[in-house]
This record gives sequence, C-alpha cells and structure tokens, in this order.
Amino acid sequence: MATYQDFIQQNEDRDGVRCSWNLWPSSRLEATRLVVPVSCLFTPLKERPDLPPVQYEPVLCSRASCKAVLNPLCQVDFRAKIWACNFCFQRNPFPPSYAGISEVNQPAELMPQFSTIEYIVQRGPPTPLVFLYVVDTCLEEEDLQALRESLQMSLSLLPPNALVGLITFGRMIQVHELSCEGIAKSYVFRGTKELTPKQIQEMLGLMKPAASGQQGRPLAPQDAATSCRFLQPVHKVDMNLTDLLGELQRDPWPVPQGKRPLRSTGIALSIAVGLLEGTFPNTGARVMLFMGGPPTQGPGMVVGDELKTPIRSWHDIQKDNARHMKKAIKYYEALANRAAVNGHSIDIYAFALDQTGLLEMKCLSNLTGGHIVMGDSFNTSLFKQTFQRVFSKDYNGEFHMAFGGVLEVKTSRELKVAGAIGPCVCTARPELGVGGTCQWKICSLSPSTTLALYFEVVNQHNSPIPQGGRGAIQFVTQYQHSNTQRRIRVTTIARNWADAQSQIQHIESSFDQEAAAVLMARLGVFRAESEEGPDVLRWLDRQLIRLFMFHLRRSPFLQVFNNSPDESSYYRHHFLCQDLTQSLIMIQPILYSYSFFGPPEPVLLDSSSILPDRILLMDTFFQLVIYHGETIAQWRKAGYQDMPEYENFKQLLQAPLDDAQEILQTRFPMPRYIDTEHGGSQARFLLSKVNPSQTHNNLYAWGQEAGAPILTDDVSLQVFMDHLKKLAVSSSA
Amino acid sequence: MNVNQQPHMASPYGQPQPGYQGYPQSGYGGQHVPGGYPAPYAPYNGPASAYQPGPPQGMRGPPTSGAPPVSAAQAYSQFGQGDIQNGPPPLGAPPQRSVFSQPFPTAAPPFSAPGPTQPPGPPLASQQTFPQAPPPSQPPFSSAPPQVPPASYGGPPPPVQASHPRAAPPTSQPAAFPGGPPPTSTPTQYTGPPMQQPPVSQPSSFHSGPPPPPTSAAGFPPQGGAPPRPPHPGIQGPPLASQGPPMSQANHVAPPQPGMLAGPPVPGMAGPPPQPGMQGYPPQQNGEYCRYSCCLSGSQASDIPPVQKTRHRIDPDAIPSPIQVIEDDKANKGSEPFVTGVRGQAPPLVTTNFHVKDQGNASPRFIRCTAYNIPCTSDMAKQSQVPLAAVIKPLATLPPDENSPYIVDHGESGPIRCNRCKAYMCPYMQFIEGGRRFQCGFCSCVTEVPPHYFQHLDHTGKRVDCYDRPELSLGSYEFLATVDYCKNNKIPQPPAFIFLIDVSYNAVKNGMVRIVCQELKTLLDYLPRENPDVQSNIRVGFATYNKVLHFYNVKASLAQPQMMVVSDVADMFVPLLDGFLVNVSESRVVIESLLDQIPDMFADTRETETVFGPVIQAGLEALKAADCAGKLFVFHTSLPIAEAPGKLKNREDKKLVGTDKEKSLFQPQVSFYANLAKECVAQGCCVDLFLFPNQYVDVATLGVVPTSTGGSVYKYTYFQAQSDQERFLNDLRKDIQKKVGFDAVMRVRTSTGIRATDFFGSFYMSNTTDVELAGLDCDKTVTVEFRHDDKLSEETGALMQCAVLYTSCSGQRRLRIHNMAVNCCAQLADLYRNCETDTIINFFAKYAYRCVLNNPTKNVRDSLVNQCAQILACYRKNCASPSSAGQLILPECMKLLPVYLNCVLKSDVLHPGADVSLDDRAYLRQLVSAMDVAESHVFFYPRLLPVHKLDVECDTLPVAIRDSEERLSKGGIYLLETGLNLFLWVGANAQQELLQNIFGTPAFGQIDSNMTSLPILDNPYSKRVREIVESFRAQRSRYMKLMVVKQEDKLELIFKHFLVEDKNNSGGASYVDFLCHMHKEIRQLLS
Repeated sequence: MATYQDFIQQNEDRDGVRCSWNLWPSSRLEATRLVVPVSCLFTPLKERPDLPPVQYEPVLCSRASCKAVLNPLCQVDFRAKIWACNFCFQRNPFPPSYAGISEVNQPAELMPQFSTIEYIVQRGPPTPLVFLYVVDTCLEEEDLQALRESLQMSLSLLPPNALVGLITFGRMIQVHELSCEGIAKSYVFRGTKELTPKQIQEMLGLMKPAASGQQGRPLAPQDAATSCRFLQPVHKVDMNLTDLLGELQRDPWPVPQGKRPLRSTGIALSIAVGLLEGTFPNTGARVMLFMGGPPTQGPGMVVGDELKTPIRSWHDIQKDNARHMKKAIKYYEALANRAAVNGHSIDIYAFALDQTGLLEMKCLSNLTGGHIVMGDSFNTSLFKQTFQRVFSKDYNGEFHMAFGGVLEVKTSRELKVAGAIGPCVCTARPELGVGGTCQWKICSLSPSTTLALYFEVVNQHNSPIPQGGRGAIQFVTQYQHSNTQRRIRVTTIARNWADAQSQIQHIESSFDQEAAAVLMARLGVFRAESEEGPDVLRWLDRQLIRLFMFHLRRSPFLQVFNNSPDESSYYRHHFLCQDLTQSLIMIQPILYSYSFFGPPEPVLLDSSSILPDRILLMDTFFQLVIYHGETIAQWRKAGYQDMPEYENFKQLLQAPLDDAQEILQTRFPMPRYIDTEHGGSQARFLLSKVNPSQTHNNLYAWGQEAGAPILTDDVSLQVFMDHLKKLAVSSSA
Repeated sequence: MNVNQQPHMASPYGQPQPGYQGYPQSGYGGQHVPGGYPAPYAPYNGPASAYQPGPPQGMRGPPTSGAPPVSAAQAYSQFGQGDIQNGPPPLGAPPQRSVFSQPFPTAAPPFSAPGPTQPPGPPLASQQTFPQAPPPSQPPFSSAPPQVPPASYGGPPPPVQASHPRAAPPTSQPAAFPGGPPPTSTPTQYTGPPMQQPPVSQPSSFHSGPPPPPTSAAGFPPQGGAPPRPPHPGIQGPPLASQGPPMSQANHVAPPQPGMLAGPPVPGMAGPPPQPGMQGYPPQQNGEYCRYSCCLSGSQASDIPPVQKTRHRIDPDAIPSPIQVIEDDKANKGSEPFVTGVRGQAPPLVTTNFHVKDQGNASPRFIRCTAYNIPCTSDMAKQSQVPLAAVIKPLATLPPDENSPYIVDHGESGPIRCNRCKAYMCPYMQFIEGGRRFQCGFCSCVTEVPPHYFQHLDHTGKRVDCYDRPELSLGSYEFLATVDYCKNNKIPQPPAFIFLIDVSYNAVKNGMVRIVCQELKTLLDYLPRENPDVQSNIRVGFATYNKVLHFYNVKASLAQPQMMVVSDVADMFVPLLDGFLVNVSESRVVIESLLDQIPDMFADTRETETVFGPVIQAGLEALKAADCAGKLFVFHTSLPIAEAPGKLKNREDKKLVGTDKEKSLFQPQVSFYANLAKECVAQGCCVDLFLFPNQYVDVATLGVVPTSTGGSVYKYTYFQAQSDQERFLNDLRKDIQKKVGFDAVMRVRTSTGIRATDFFGSFYMSNTTDVELAGLDCDKTVTVEFRHDDKLSEETGALMQCAVLYTSCSGQRRLRIHNMAVNCCAQLADLYRNCETDTIINFFAKYAYRCVLNNPTKNVRDSLVNQCAQILACYRKNCASPSSAGQLILPECMKLLPVYLNCVLKSDVLHPGADVSLDDRAYLRQLVSAMDVAESHVFFYPRLLPVHKLDVECDTLPVAIRDSEERLSKGGIYLLETGLNLFLWVGANAQQELLQNIFGTPAFGQIDSNMTSLPILDNPYSKRVREIVESFRAQRSRYMKLMVVKQEDKLELIFKHFLVEDKNNSGGASYVDFLCHMHKEIRQLLS
C-alpha cells in the first residue's frame, strides 16, 4: 500500500473527498478525544474528465428508510441476482434489466474504480437555464457603461435556449418585459413597499394565463412557462435585450446634496425571487444582482439615505449601533430561504468603494450557492473578467455550473451525520436509524464547490467493531447539469475502523493535516459568523495547535480589524465554499520568490523573504501581489529590461507576470491584481500578510541583508510558537 | 296678451292664472267652464260679461260641474287638466269661446251677450279682465297702467277677492264688468281662466299665427282658422286685431306696452286681445273646458277650482313670451354700447349682442347679478325672496373688440390693498388728505398710500393719474402677483397637461383610443399660451390604463418611447420623473411614435376591467413629483370595478327615482373621491373627464373630482367613432386650447352690510370664504349668493370685489380683480325694476341642483315654486297697483320667471322621464352647476329657429319662435339649440325646394335621419344654414352634435322633449298650466 499521502491524493482525485482522519476511531468516546472530529471535505462536482456518465437510473436499496445506491462495496450474489446493501444490510433483488449480470459482466457501479459514478436520468421535460439580471442603476455613468457592456457581452456567452430576464432598480424597480416589439415595456414597483409573492405575481400578470392577455386561449403548463414575458430565450431577445441594455439610463430621480441615491435592492430581490418562484420553481436559475451601493430604502435597507450617517462598521455592530442590520439580515435570510426552496441561486456582484451591505446580504448567496464578488468599480477588469469567467466552459463546452443540487449523505450505522458547512441549506434533518441520511440543497454548484461534512461516531465504547470493519459513507448528489440534463452522482467511500487505544499510531498517521486545517477553519469561521470574535479566537486557541493557525488567526476570516463588515463577509463566503487547495491558500498565502539565482521557489511567508534583489509573487486567493524588491525596482526604473544585453532581466520581470496570469486564468473570482515595488503604497498588501519576524521592535535587522522590517505590534510566528509551546507544556502538566 | 304686451312693467298675465285661482272660484271656472258646458255657458255668456256670469254660474254650476272633480285637477293642476283639456274637446268649448269671444270682439254676436263684454266697453277690461275690465284701466295685466312696473296679470287678486266678488258678482257678472272691480274681479277670475287663455293666448295666438295653428289644428278649428271660425266670426275680426296685438307685442317693447297691457284691458288693445283670447279660448276651451269641467267638478269642492280649469285654455300667445322679451331687449339695448359706469343698471340680456365699455364696473360678461338694486335691509330682502346673487365668470373670453383686462404691476411690494379687509386697489377707494391716504370703499378703513404710489389729487378729489391706471378707473384688471402670493413662496413652475387614456376592451373597440391618439398629435401644437408667437410652456405627459397603469417615458433622447407598467394600484406612485413630463417640441418625435403605437399595442386587449381612482392619483403624483400645477385629461369608458382604491359597484336602481332615497343617487357612493379631490386641489391638479360609457358608470361618483377641481365632465354615451367623433374631437380641441388658469383661489369681498354666504360651481372650499379652484378655465362660472348682515345705505350702494389669484398658462402668478357696484334701494319696486330673470334662473337652477343632493326632488321643486310665488306675491302686494285678485300681475323684469322656472322644474334632473338615465341626470346636474347665464338660458329654454324663414340675403337670423309644438308648421324646418344638442326638425310638408337646398334631395322620405352634418351644397341656402349651425356651435363651450329629426320620426320624441312650453311625457307642466298654477300659489299667498 502506498503512503497515506498517495492514498489521500488518490482519493481526492477520484472521489473529491478529503477526510480529516483516514482511519476512524471505533467509539464515540475515542472520537471525541481526538479533538478534530471525523469529518471530510466533499467536492460534489469534482471534475472527472475520465468519468463518462452512464445513461440509466441508479439501483436503490428497497428499504424505504435507506434507499442507498448500489455501489462497489455491496456484496453481490450473482447467482441469486441479489445484492446486500452495505448500509442497512437489506438484501435486494436486482431489477429485471440486470438479469444478464455475472461476475464477468458487472455493471459499472459495481466496479471499484467507479466508487464515484454519474447517472443521467430522465425526469420530466428538460428545462432551460434561467438567468435573471438584477441591475442597480444608481451608478456613476462610467460604471453603468462598463456594466452595460459586460451584460451585453454576457448574452453571447449564454446558451441560446437559456432564458434571460432583466430587472433594474434604483428608487423604483422595473421588471422589463422582453417579448414585446416596438415600445420597451416594463413593470414598475415602488421600492418601499413589501409585497407578498402572490401580489408580485398578480401584478406581473403571472397568475392566470388568461389574465396575462394571451389571447385567452388556455395554455399548457409548459407554454405558460415559456410564455412568461419576462424570461425569454436568449436567441429570441438577443437584439432586444442588447438595445435595452444599451439604453439603460441612470436612475432618473434626482439625488439631493448630502444624500445617497435611493436604492431599493431589497424589493428588487424579492421581486426577482417572486418572479422565478411563480414561473420556474425547482428549475435551475440564477438571480444575478449587480449593485453599486448599499440598499437605502424599503425592507432590507442597510443604511439610510443621509450621507452624514455612515454605513455600519464593526465598531457599530459591537456597540449594537447598527440600526438596520438585524432587520435586514432577517429579511434577506427569508428571501434566501425562499429562493433555496425553489432551487434558485442568487449571485451578488457588489462593486463600490464603500460598503454595500454584503454583511446583511451574504446569506442570499451563502444559502443558495451563489457567487459573491466584491470590488471597487464595475469599470475594472476584476469585474469584467470575473463576470466573464462565470460563463466559462469546460472541455465539453459546457458551463462550469450546475443547478438545483440535492446532496444526500448516507452513512453506515456506526456513524451519524452531524452537520455540513458550505453553500447549502439543509432540507432534511438526519433520520435516526439504520443508514441515517441527511439532505442538503445546493442551489448552484461549480466544480470547486466544496462542503465540509462533520460526522459523529455513534458506536459505543462497549460494543467494539470487529477488526477490519469498515465504515462507509455514500454521497448522492442529484443536480441539473448546465446542459439541462438531470444527473445523479454517487460517491461511496469507506474507511477502516481502528481501535484508538491499540492503534493510536495508525490513526495518527492517517491524519490529514491540510484537510483538518480547513475543516477546523470552517468550523471557526462558521462560529465567527454567529459569535463574538474574541470568543472564537479563544475557542480556536484551545482547539488548535498547528502552525497554520498562526495565519488563520491573522486572516480576515477571523480577524475583523482593518476589514469592514462587508469585506469580512466576502472573505468568509469564499472560504466556506472553496475546495481544499484554495482554502489553504486563503489561510496561508503562498509566496514565490524570483531571482537570478535560480528557478522560482516558494519561500517562507516571512518578512525575511522580502529582499531587494527578488521579485515576490504572493497569492492570497483574493489578491495577487507582485512585489519588486528595491534593487529590481531601481533597475526596472532605469529601463534595463529594454536593453538587449539585459534580456535576462526582462525575462525575470516577465516570469512572475506569466505565473500570475496563469493563476488569473483559473481563479474565480478574479483576484485583485497588484503590481508594486519596494516602498510602493500597494506594498502594504504584502507587508500585512507576512510574518513580522522583523519589526521596528527588533531593530537588529536594520540595515542588514535580511528582509524588510514591518511596522506592527503583531506578534511574530516565533513569539507565537514560543508562547504556544509554553501553553502546551503547562496545559499538559 | 297682457303679458306680452306689457312691455315694460309688469306683465299682466294674471288672468290666465286667475284660472287657477279660479278654481276655487268655482264660479269663475264655472263660467268658463260652464262655457264648456254648453248650456250653462251660454247663459252666462249671455250675461255678456260672460265672465262673471260664467263664473257665477260656474260656481253654481260647479255644483253641477263641480261634480267633476275638477278641483282635484285643479290642484294640480292645471297641468293635468290642461292635458286633459285637450282631450275633452267635448266640452262645449266652442261655446265658451264664444263667450269670451263675445266679449272681446263683440264679434261674438251670438253670445253677443258678449256684447256685454264689449260694452264694458272696455272690452279691454273685459278681456283682460274680464274682470276688471273695469279697471279697465289697465288692466291689471298690463302693467300698463301704472307702469307700476309690475304688470300684473293676474288678474285680480287672488281668488279670494274674486271669490268675494264672485260670489256676488257672479250673478252680477254683467254688471260686474261695468261694475267695477268686484265684478271684474270675479269675472276676471272667470275670465281669468278664460282670460288666461284669452289674454295671453289671444294676443299671442294672434300674433304668432303659427302657434295657433298647431293648437288650433289640434284642437279647435278656431286656432288656425281662428278667423275662420264661424262661431267667432267676430273673432276673426279679433284675430286681426290680435294680429295687431302681436304687433303690439313687438311694440310692447316700447310704448305700447303699457298700452298693450292696458291694451287688453284697454279698449283698443283690448280689442285685439279679445280676439286672440277668443281664438285661443275656443280651441283650448274645448279641451280645457272639458277639463275644467272636470276639474271643476273635482275642484268644486274647493269652490274655485272651476276657474282654474277654465284657465287652461289660456291662450299661449297671451302669456309672456320669452321670444318677445328677447327680441325687445335686442331692439332696445343691442344697438348701443353698454356702459358699466352707471351703478344699479341691469345689463342687456345674454341673448342680446352688445358692446361693453368698462367704466368702473365689471362687464356683465364677467359678472351678472340677479338684482342691481339690493334691498337696504335684510327684512326687505326676506320679504321679497329675490335671491341676491352674482354669477361670476372670472376668466370669461371677451369678444375681439373688447380689451381683455390690463395687467398692472405694483412692483415688488405687491398690489396695494386695504389694511383691514385686504380689498385690492380699485375705483372705489377714496383718496383723502391730498392723496396720502385712501379710504376703503368696502370697510372704510384708512390706509397710507405707499410713497411709490403717491399721486396728487385734482380739484374733484380724484387722483390725477386716475385714467392712466386701470385699477383706478376700470371694473376689471389684473395685478402681477409677487412671490408672497405663491404656494410655498416659490415662483410656480409652468403647468403640465397629462393625458390618461383608458385602453380597456371597450375603449379600443369603440375607437376612442385611436381617435384620441390620432388627434393628440396635432393638438399638442395648440396648447394654451399667452403669446401666440412663442411655444407653450406647458409640459405634457402620457399614460394609459386598464386594470393597471402604463406610464410612458418620452424623453427626447430616446429613440423609442418606453412603457412602464405600474400594477400596484393600491398604492399609486409615479415610476419616473425625468421623461414623463416633457416639452412637446423637444420630444415630438418620440411622442408621435408613442401615439402611433398605443392603438396597436392594445388592439387585441381582452381586459375589460378598469380602475379610476389610481388614475387620478397617478396624475396627481406626477404633478407632485414635478412640483407644478396642471390638468389631467382622463378618457374613460366604464365603471371602475377592478380591485383598487375608489372601486365602485353598480348601484343603478331606477326604482329609487321619486322616492326619498333618490338623493342618494346624486351622492358619490364612496368618500374616496372627495378626499382625492381635496388632495388634487392642494396640488393645483385640475381633472377633465371624458366619458365614453355604454352602460352605467356612476357619473355622480366619477364626477366628484372634476367638479371639485374646476374641471369638466364630458359624456359621450354609446360613443361611436363615426357619428360622435366630430363632437368629441371638437370638445377636446376646445378643452385643450381654452384659456386656463391653475391653482386658483377666488375671494369675494363686499362692502359692510352684505357678505357672500354661499357659492355654487365646480370648486372646492376648505373654509367659508375662499373658493379654491385647481383649474379655472374661461367657461367656468361661480355663482355667489349674498346675504345681509347689516343695513345698507342708498347713498353708497353695495360693492363687491372678486379677486382671483391664479397661475397663468405660462406660469405667471396673477390676480384678476372684478369690481361691481350695485344700488341699494329702500323701495321694493326698485328691486323688481332692476333685476335679471336669466340670472335668477341660473341661481335657482344651481341652488335646486345642489339641494337634490340632500332632499327629495319633490321637495326641491315645491320649494322652488314656493319661493317664486313669494317673489311674485311680494311684488303684487307691494308694488303693483291695486287690481283684482284674479289678475296675475308680474313685474316686467320677471315676467318670464314662471316660464323659465317651469323649465327648471321640468328639467331631467328635477323631474326625470322614464328614459333618462341616472348618469345623465348626475351629468346634467354637475354641468349646470358651472354654467354661466347664457348657457343656462339656452339650456333651459332652447332656441328654436324657423330655418324656412331664413333670409339668405341678410346676415340676421330669423326671429326665434317659442318652444312649443303648436308653433311648428308642417311645412317648416326648424333648428333647435339647447347648448348641448342641435336638432334640425323637418316638417313632413316642407317645401321640396327647401329640402333640395338643404339636404340635396327633394323628397322628405329620402332624408337620412342619421346624418350628423349637413351636406355641403353650393347654394346660398345650404351655405347659410351651415353657417348658422357653425355660429351656434361657436357660441357654446361644448360642441353640439346635429341631429336631423323628421316629423313623425321616432327621434321626434327626443326633440319634443325640448319643446319646453309644452307639457312633457313625464308629467312636466305646460307653460300655460304652470302659469295657472303659479297664479294660484300667488293668490294663496296673498290671501
């Protein structure tokens, strides 16, 4: 058997699963003692180019409370054509279509390499994807222009049969009718009045087909869906919509001096949700919200329109001074839940210099699997490219997105699902009993969407599991593929049980440090969302001792200092849905060093790595910083790179750029790209991340070759470690 | 006769009335009636003074005849009876006539007894009064005698007298005449009855040859052939005479009047009258008599009744003729300019063309008063019961040859006003102390003259610059208002027009949407402006609606308009600001594109439900958002039943008509609109409503906002593009183009002693003094009633100043001031001599139309009759020279009061026929409340023009004829104008040549009765007729659709409805009957 390292890697590649422990302690008591719970990171739609989907229905266990899917771990009696469920041990006959199976003629789902398998199933008529743009018009003209262009461009990226809709808002909300010729029509709502979904649908004329003026002829249900005037196939309204977007005006209501524009984001979203709810329930749909400022009126308002009242800060929140926050959060949560119930996801593109209320609105995306992208202006490549990337396609020419996912987790009887953290909502509590299952709805999935799942070992200490026993977990993900097919992906994993007392070393060696770090970090962030900051830190301190925790403590996920509430929400959102690699980058940024002395090398994230003759490339996931050391910067200023004899310098300069480009190509959302140099103002992005091993407090480094001092009172890693050691010893004592 | 005759003073109608009165006097009636009864009459007649005799007999007879329930009839009257009368030809009508006739003419040899009449020598007397012929002098009727202004017809005093006399006289009849008053009186009564007919009719009949015909035709041979009549051979003679009378009538105007009046009574005069009377009688008599008899019988109970009945047959030509009065006024006053400087002088009638010279009082085009001599004390006012009111049309359009009010600018400190009562500088301010101060004419307070306004006085105490300053020398002028006079102390924005178009199924189907959109494209070039050379400042906006509202963004920068749908009708708001209200010239292309597309967009709509409240709210919100005043043009089709504020239910229930609950039908069914109207007024949002219903839409409720905001309601029931388009479009054009002010406040200040207490019209009042008008156009009229709160002095007279603060269509804030001074009188006679019946009727109509909101219509009618009777009785009692009670004596200025009042009482609002919808009544009710005098006049007493008498050579119109079927000739063609409709009535025997000229076909049968405009033919006749039609239309604020009515055609029923002197199908009294009734009322009051 290969090393655990290989095993882990192999498992991740095949199943998209990383477990914190790869041997499971066999009793509840032992599991509790391990501090890091039995848990895993699961990436439901891990890209598997080598995995051809099969075109039939999965075979299910016949026990009503189990319904596990036939998998390679099941025992099969080929003669009797019977299989035993490995979760509940129910013996099930194969369906008639499996009559021909034998040991040499096994269906794919029984082959070990198909521990993950994807079924394409027929469930009702295919429904097109729905994209509903919700656009803020209270923007500066140039921002609006950029947004217009991006939106127009996006039309060409949508599949021709996808349905698209447009809602614009400012002081009022306009729902644009796209089917009409001639005059552009829109339905207008005021931004201050909360309407029930029924009212919204009535006002949009969606209630009765007859009432919508459709010639009074009774419509078949599908017709009704396709005839919705607000959501039309792209290929039909391409031109119309392009013109419409082109004519999109800034919100015409005058904004008096000293006021913020009135933005009715809350109502706009409720109308978007209501519209989809009424027309395409349980169909994959994205509401894409583009906003350039905080909601300032109506339900869901985050700040009043008086400019003299600044938007809430962490300080206000701690002091309980954020007037609108609680109400707004409640409002958006209710909306998010409605959207989630119908399988619709909500993306937020918030581009403004000030905060826009992401803190309040984050649940919209968190609960529905939507994206959140934050930046300074729509007129930046950050927005333009990120938005473009939403519609990127895979090798099959299909979107990197899936909709309406339902993840069901089944476990063997010794295990129980404790919970999940990720962009999902829970739709069914674990059912106790054999093969306990649990369901979550993930309205929108991308190949990198990753959930953290936490388990409990329920086996009691006094009922040992026989040696060599294996616990199994089955993940059943039903979703709507971006090509509108319904698919079911089934992943079944198994790990050995181990007796913690006798096999503690084995268990220890099966520990996956990276996975555990991310899993614990998620727990921490999850708690941070709901609890007071310091408490979480203390909890984390108690729980964790590993190196990266130094960085986690310093990260914006837990530390709110120097971050606005919106930024924190933004960072946390991404942390909670990215896969392991990305999560690690977020926790501990990667620092590469480029020099004439050799190929690029990763270096310590430490101030000592900042040297005059190096170019550094730091990737924090959200930012990509290229830092030119002092000397390099001077050379560059002198223009050596343009001289033929210094071709190598030119190449050196180019190398990090190329690498950065590579990262930019794949990262979603686009990181903020920063090209800076020694002494540049933007260097702060680097300086704030590195371990302050040299500060103005330990001046011995001054003038010496080692790195750059950081002006901070933060403790350095060294100090932290020393302290930690002391604590560890004292606590064990 | 008398009536007409008397030109000036009172018109002696009386007698006719006597009839009424007569009733009681069974005797009288009897007489006449008796006449009816051959036997009796004869006898009576025999007596010569048929009258008396008659009566007596009658009286006595009554018993006999009495039986005939007449009385019952009476009460009522006469109306009823009248009707009946016709029926009853059986009566010995002839005889009666003879009777009468006899008197007059002597001609009546047969009766010759009649002779007696004449004998009375005073045939006159006989006639008129039979009665009192004695009074021969003049017969009561005519005011003649005395000029006591009042002419009184009525005969002699009320029944009472009569009765007395009668009692005795009856017998004496003959004697009576001669005898004197008493007898007379009695006779009168009798006569009265007869008289009525006679007097009035006589003359008239004679005169109006035509009229008689009809009647005569119908009833009695005599009529037409009055002359022919054998029985009255003499009569014929009379007729001639009568003809004479007619003449006289004309004459009346002038001198003759008295004479005339007297005339009748008087010898010569009398002569004619008699005849007429004769004729009239006969015919009528037949019918009437019958009735009488009937009545009598009924009435017998009440002695007098009989008389009334008799009266029935009053000769329509003998009672005051509106046409005569109108023509007289034209002749007397039309020629020279009316100078306003003389206090207390009544202006020419509204039907007269005249030129006005403003010399310190407002032109009658701006203000007309019911009385130009106000009683000094409230006691007098109460006694007379003459309403003291002014009908004010602040922005009236003046003819081109009169200057519109000058604009005066008093600089930054604003117009100069009295410190105490705040009256504006006007000719009544007396400058004192060398011009350093002025004393207010209204409250007598002394105010400093600001230095910049100082001017020296000349030796008469007048300012030297008096004639340079309009505010010191004219009755009407305008001040520029300063910012203090603006809402929120902000100079107003230019106003906006918003067009709100119903696009529900009905609106699309009947073509309204297409027509409106098409027309608006051109109309937008004609928005009101003050200077015709510059573009209008008015901005426009467009919205359509059914169950939801669609706003349109027509910003100039757009390539295509954008539609914004607001479905949240429960909570209306305006979805856009910029782009909704635009300047026409800038956004023309987009607007045209929009108007082109609207009809197509909704061509296939299936939506039948509409909202209404939110529509107005939307317009209101738009104006609020734009912070300007403006006008909404709402084009609406149906009852708003869609779920929304202001939703209505169909409450049409004809069963309620005539019950105490009827008033609820005039009241709005929800209070929502009243509140909305209040908001509209606060914003200066005027609403004009164009309705295109094909069923009940509840005008009473929908009209609340328009009528409270100074707007108008136009109604096109069963609108059909083809036939109604012209009318609608012309109304729309006029409505959009007419001069209009916004956000107006009107205040009427008066000199100490009286004060404005009540206001009628389309406006809103939040307190008791300020009339708030969101919009005020040149056709809107406010009627103001005044009451005494102290004594007035004859020397100073009474002053009133009407100040209207408004925003002009260019956005300028201005104050229009109209001043009016009237005399105060200590003598009631002065009051009656200087009042204006048309204005009084205007007031009464508005008053009554408001009362129906809270009272059963019957009560309203009764109180109107009562008040009118009091007015006339007061006159009779205090101003008229003593005369017999049987005579009806009317003040010259009010001799048309009964006929006009009857028209008001018979109007659809107060006395609806079965086919009049509730909507129509509510519509008319609202319409009338903002009418000026000219419009209310023609509305209640339509103008009927004999087209066949047209002289194509000259510009003048043929003299109109009275609104009675009797006056129509089968061979004629008549044009009837009501202010809302035009009818061209074609007699079955109309000359072929005439038909050919007008209709292009010689055959009566080939005339298309569906045509709405006359064919354009190249002959002077056609041209002239069309010119007349056009000129009529030009005179009215609303376009009148032309309907061609062929005699005997089914449409004729509608036409006949407007022949207001006749009785109508729904029980409205004929003029004659009503006059009798009125007479009776008066007599009761006097007794």
